[in-house]
Amino acid sequence: MVAELSVSLWRGGMDGCYETYSVPQRESQTVLDVVTFVQRYIDPTLSYRFACRVGVCGSCAMTVNGRPRWTCRTHVAKVAGSGRLEIGPLENLPVIKDLTTDMQPFFEKWQKAQGVFAPTKTRHEEIEQIRPDSPARRLADAAIECINCGVCYAACDTVRWNQDYFGPAALTRAWTLVNDERDAGGSARLQAVAGAGGCHSCHSHQSCHELCPQALNPTAAIAGLKRRTTAAYLKGEIKA
Amino acid sequence: MNVRLYVWQRATAAVMAPLVLIHIAVIFYATRKGMTAADILSRTQGSIVWASYYGLFVAAASIHAAIGVRNVLTEWSPLNNRHAGRLALLFGLLLAALGTRAVFAVVLS
Repeated sequence: MVAELSVSLWRGGMDGCYETYSVPQRESQTVLDVVTFVQRYIDPTLSYRFACRVGVCGSCAMTVNGRPRWTCRTHVAKVAGSGRLEIGPLENLPVIKDLTTDMQPFFEKWQKAQGVFAPTKTRHEEIEQIRPDSPARRLADAAIECINCGVCYAACDTVRWNQDYFGPAALTRAWTLVNDERDAGGSARLQAVAGAGGCHSCHSHQSCHELCPQALNPTAAIAGLKRRTTAAYLKGEIKA
Repeated sequence: MNVRLYVWQRATAAVMAPLVLIHIAVIFYATRKGMTAADILSRTQGSIVWASYYGLFVAAASIHAAIGVRNVLTEWSPLNNRHAGRLALLFGLLLAALGTRAVFAVVLS
């Protein structure tokens, strides 16, 4: 006899509720497998988002038993010891339907933090040589593997309390670019992250660091931005 | 919180750290010696050193606490940044007034 999982899924929009389904438990089953089973065999109207299924695209993050996780790389055996799963949409983002959130505020804050690379050269110039072991490049590399899954944003207490706060992912991206020797964003980017909603709003609770599926440390990146912006402010390079 | 408020809050914290330690040491000294209020006042009255010490303490605490209260209000109350800032400023001024009154009472009276 196949063991069954009791799976509660969020259904509806912001004012929805959890509905419980019974899903057969399988070996090496991921949380995304469970959600997919419900949609394919129980209720095809279930909405959720995924693409690669192998932890690269960052689109399948959901709240699993109270914690934000990337569902394609989260094994049921690790999070559902009691045979129960509660899967909801990511927190701190508007719910479109069921398990699908609107990521627009997340990416708008990327723009506000100037998370876009500003090139210093054109394609017609020679490629700049960057030493991979230089201190600046090591700092830039530390967070280069962010997949924009939104787990840190959903885990962040400050985002929950302060709607203006850019959040860990956007600030980590800014820190990567601040340390990128090829980037021309410079003091304009520091100015962007030094204002209201920027790095100084972070309380260093470190939920982002604890739950980041890529094992990145956004808290350390934000601390770096705090130091860099403070130095720039004291030198008069940026304004409050 | 922007970088200006951040710098002020950290700077006032750095100022207060040694002042708090000295303040606690003075409390221990006064209680261990069994000093009365009259004994303490006889040492503080007319003292520019104690006036400067506690005057600086009051100024740093008023600024530091006001910025902290502003953060609490912006995150935990429905007030917007502007109104939270004004309310926190009033709180800081109140602390400064009460503290300055206490310093005058100990040094001048």
